This record gives sequence, C-alpha cells and structure tokens, in this order.
Amino acid sequence: MTDTPVLELHGVSKRFGAVQALFEVDFHVSNGEVMALVGDNGAGKSTLIKCIAGIYPFDAGEVRFDGETVHIHGPKDAARLGIEVVYQDLALCDNLDVVENMYLGRELVDGARRLDETTMEARAQDTLRGLSVTTLSSVRQTVAGLSGGQRQSVAVAKAVMWNSKLVILDEPTAALGVAQTRQVLELVKRLGEQGLAVILISHNLHDVFEVADSITVLRLGQNVAEFKRTETNQQQVVEAITAGKLSKVPGQQEALA
Amino acid sequence: MTVVAEPPPAPGAPARDTVSAYARRWLTDVRSGELGSLPIVVGLVVIAIVFQIQNDRFLTASNFVNLIVQTAPYAVIAMGVTFALLLGEIDLSIGFVSGVGGVMIALLLIPDGNELPTAVAFVVVLAAGLGIGVLHGLIITKVGVPSFVVTLAGLLAWNGVVLLLIGSRGTVILQNDFVIGLANDFMAPGLAWILAIACTALYAGVQLVRLRSRQKAGLASDPLVIIGLRIAGLGLALAIVVAVANQDRGVPYVGILVGGLLVCWSYVLNRTRFGRHVYAVGGNQEGARRAGINVDQVKIACFAIVSVMAVLGGIILASRLRSVDTNTGGGQALLYPIAAAVIGGTSLFGGRGTMKAALLGALVMISIDNGLGLMGLSSGTKFVVTGGVLLLAVTVDSISRRGREHSGRA
Repeated sequence: MTDTPVLELHGVSKRFGAVQALFEVDFHVSNGEVMALVGDNGAGKSTLIKCIAGIYPFDAGEVRFDGETVHIHGPKDAARLGIEVVYQDLALCDNLDVVENMYLGRELVDGARRLDETTMEARAQDTLRGLSVTTLSSVRQTVAGLSGGQRQSVAVAKAVMWNSKLVILDEPTAALGVAQTRQVLELVKRLGEQGLAVILISHNLHDVFEVADSITVLRLGQNVAEFKRTETNQQQVVEAITAGKLSKVPGQQEALA
Repeated sequence: MTVVAEPPPAPGAPARDTVSAYARRWLTDVRSGELGSLPIVVGLVVIAIVFQIQNDRFLTASNFVNLIVQTAPYAVIAMGVTFALLLGEIDLSIGFVSGVGGVMIALLLIPDGNELPTAVAFVVVLAAGLGIGVLHGLIITKVGVPSFVVTLAGLLAWNGVVLLLIGSRGTVILQNDFVIGLANDFMAPGLAWILAIACTALYAGVQLVRLRSRQKAGLASDPLVIIGLRIAGLGLALAIVVAVANQDRGVPYVGILVGGLLVCWSYVLNRTRFGRHVYAVGGNQEGARRAGINVDQVKIACFAIVSVMAVLGGIILASRLRSVDTNTGGGQALLYPIAAAVIGGTSLFGGRGTMKAALLGALVMISIDNGLGLMGLSSGTKFVVTGGVLLLAVTVDSISRRGREHSGRA
C-alpha cells in the first residue's frame, strides 16, 4: 500500500435545494487500498460517489487525482481519469454475451470499422483470468444465463479492463447469497492486491470487515470518522454510523471534539 | 441454468469443440428455449407438405418463382421493421410509408416530358423515406411520444399523403422499364449459377478466415465439420433455388436484391458498433446509456432504416403490380411485415431478432397466402388462417421464453 492517495477530496460540499447532502467532506483512497464507505441511509454515500463519477458536480471543495487538482464535469471526464463505477443494478444487457457487455460502448473495431471480435474476446478472457473469475463456462454466453455473483464479476471485470485506477463498487453484495457473496468479496480483495484503489459501499459491516483496509463513516453528509480496519471493531463503527460527532449541525456552529 | 454434466472448463480454454460436444450444446440450447430458426424451418416444411397434398401446383418451379417475387416486398419491409422491433419499439406506419414510396416512384416517372431520370427518382424516393423515418425518430426521442402513437399517427397521415399524391387519377400505371423489371425480369441461367457459386465461395472464405484468426488468438472455435456443413448447406440451398428457378423463368432480380439487403443488414447488425448498440438499447436502454451510447441517435437511425426499407418495399410492390392506386400501402403491407418478423422469431420486447428471421417469416406468411390462393379459398379464409399462424408463432415464442426463464436465460 502506498501512501500517496489516488483520490483526495478536501472539504467537498453538495447541496440539493434545501438539503445539504454533503458538507465539507474530506476523503481519500490510495493505490492498493480497499476503502469502505459506510453510513446510514441518507448519509450521503451515493451522492459522494455520484459526484466522484461526474454525475453531479461538487458545489465546493477540492478534488485531487494522482496529486493534481482536477475538475470532473461528467462521466466521461471520470472515465478518462481512470475512475470506473459499478452501480448496484450493474447496467448489463441481458441479451448480450459477456464479451459484448464488457466492451459495450467501447467496442474495438478494425481498419474496416468492423468489430474486432477476436481481440475483444481474447482480452476479455485475459481480464477475467487475471481476476481469477473461473465460474464462467464461456465468455460467449449471454448475461441472462449468469448467476448474481457471475454478473457482479462481469460488471467488475468490465470496470477494471480500462486501465482504471479507481473502482467504485456500490453495494456489490446486496442481492447475493452466501457463496456468491464470497466470490465477490474475493474479487474485491484481488482488485486491491492488484494495486487498484477501491471504494466499497456497503451496509453489511461483516463484508466490510472482511475486505476493507480502511473505513470512512459518513453521517448526515459529513465525514464523522475514519478507521483502519486492524485498529477498530464493528461496535466502534456502528457507533460512528449512528451517533458520530458532527462538526456542524446546520444553523449552529460547534467545534469538533 | 440446467444441470451441467461436467465441470465447465476455464473461460476460453483454447479447445476446439468436438462435433458431439457441439451437438450436445445445441440440444441443451433448444431444450432451454433457444430455438433459433428451428421452429420456422419446421413450419416451412410442414406448410410445403400440406399445400402440396392439397394442390400439386404448390411445389412447381413456376410457383416457386412466384413465391420469391411475392415474398420480396414484404421481406424487405419486414427486415426494416425488425430494426424498430429490436429496440422494443414498433412502427405501424410502414404500410402507408411503403405506399408513399410506390406512388412517388410511379408519379416521378410518368413519361409526360417532365419525368426525372430513373436514378434520380430512386434517390428522391429513398431520401423521402429517410426524411419520414428521421421525422418519426425525432418525435419519438426528442419529444418523448411513444413510438406506437407516433407511427399510428403516421399510419393515418401517410395514408392521407398517398391519397393526396394520387389525387383524381385513381390508378397510375407504371411505364418505366427499370422499375417494372425489378420484380418482373429474370436472370440468365448461367449468371445465376455464377452468382450462387460466388456467394458460396465468399461465405466459405469468410468462415475460414474467421476460424484461422480465432485459432491464432487461442480462442475456442467451432469444429471444422460443422463449418463445412454450414458452407455445404448454404451452397446446397442456393443450388436448389437456382436449379428450380431456372426450370421456369429464372431467378428474379428482386431475389438478388433481397439477398443483398439480407447480407448487408446482417453485417450491420452483427459486425458493426451500430448494430451492437441497437441490441444493447433493446436489451437495457439505461445500461446502454450509461455505457456511453447515444441512445437517441441509435433510435433515430433505426426508424430511418425502417422507413427507407418500407419505401424500397413499396417500390418493389408497385413494380410487381405494375401500377399504384389509392389502396397502395393498405392492408397486407402494414401487418404482414410485422407478423413476418415476429413469426421469424424477433421478439416484440426488444433485443432479440435477426434479419434472417424477417426473411423466413415473410416466406411463411406468403407461402400460406399463396397456398390458400391456389386452393381457391377466399380472402376471408386466408386472413383467418394467417392470423392463426401468427398466433401460433407468438405462442411458440412465449413458451420458449418461459423455457428460457426456467433455465435462467430470459
């Protein structure tokens, strides 16, 4: 694990009308680090990742990527920096096969503008093999026939095959059974081992403690705590989620203890 | 998925499938509801047998050539409308848009001294089709009116345009040799053979190049025997078509046109980014959008293709009938193509379907139409039977869909 963060957020805020969704949040994640982002419903987890992914702009604050200040104006900017998001609903096309899904929107074409199926299939296989995804019998089967865990694996593989530096996973295990959750958690660990920065959003603290290196807790749009996994326990994290000290209650100044 | 008998190999273990493994996989696919062209081919054989028993003129060379000419316009329109169906949308205006095409070509080429050169007339008519399709597409995507409503309005409006264009003339007889020749001229026997052989050779070449490149990349490839069978199958099918047609008037030029369009659009759907995006939008519009695909652009392009193909089909229909009148584009021209695509196996829910399905489906529709005609049955009976066949085809699709759901492939 290196110490220079890939992504650093300093005092970022986001407001939707009267709702202060994020308030002066500091956040960082480094290469090879699995950073869990936890918090109750409405804590601002989704808003934070959507801002990082360029879906909404931050209202205030500084975003640094690889040490340089950047402005992310849209999903394409984020993708160009090497930020990939795996959303909860995965956004895979059921009627397309694994390779077609992994290359969707970024298909390789040869000189005659013809799809280069051979190269795409070979590279897709390499990526899957690199992630030790061995449960697929063929990369040419349609996604409709895959289990939830396999779909998640395909979605993750799709995210990492573009020289991405930061992969954001939104509730990757929410809808999965025990064995499939294990598959996906193993995959998340391997992403970290391969040197990628990973942000994992999860409600399941058990999963978080299994794979995360660090844990950031959001509460009511503010960063209330940050833990190293090895130096904390589930109880501390739960306390932070439910009763973490807020630096500012809207309308009232209060010093952080 | 159904029970897997043996542990699946790691993805893409560079193994060449054996023939038996290929056959087994195909059987599993069929059982789990991936029927492909199987029901339609079986259907065609059954239709041929039934009608041949009823009337021994059905399977004659002369009727075979008739079938090609009769199928052509509907096959062309059906191929077009498949693009709308693949998106999970529908285009109900195809009938009268084809009517507009037929009437326009007839009017533009009336030899009254002001007629356009044939090529220019074709360009004008196809451009009109393009304009109509883009208009539909823009209203559907930018305004957000459902395609059903937009094209239903189109059905009425373009019907009106047909009537306005025809005006008080009632019937316009086609007098341009090229347009009439489209559906009424036939290839020399030798030329047809050369074309059939060239097509087979080309197909074999494409298949072998593909096999070579897959092997070079270490990817799983189909067994050589299967590839050989496919090439032989195509060669045999073309040989039968040419041999039978040559016993009568020969292969109609319009047959070549349909074949060319089939290859061309299949290529677009399966080998280009645009085609991939059409399937993606039909499968999961939101997923496609998030993958960076310009969904609106894909939809507009598809509706443009639908209308251009409809106009082209209208020209062929006019050519076959040698005239256009106020009924042009009505009746069968709307429902036969959509029914043909669906009978061929294109899903109305989007994301599943092929060009081949449109052609085979049109062949089924027209075979029934033609066969019942030979038996001297009234159009009432024809419509009832054709409706029944459509229902049967959709039932097969629904049941196979249920099969896919059971085996987790829906």
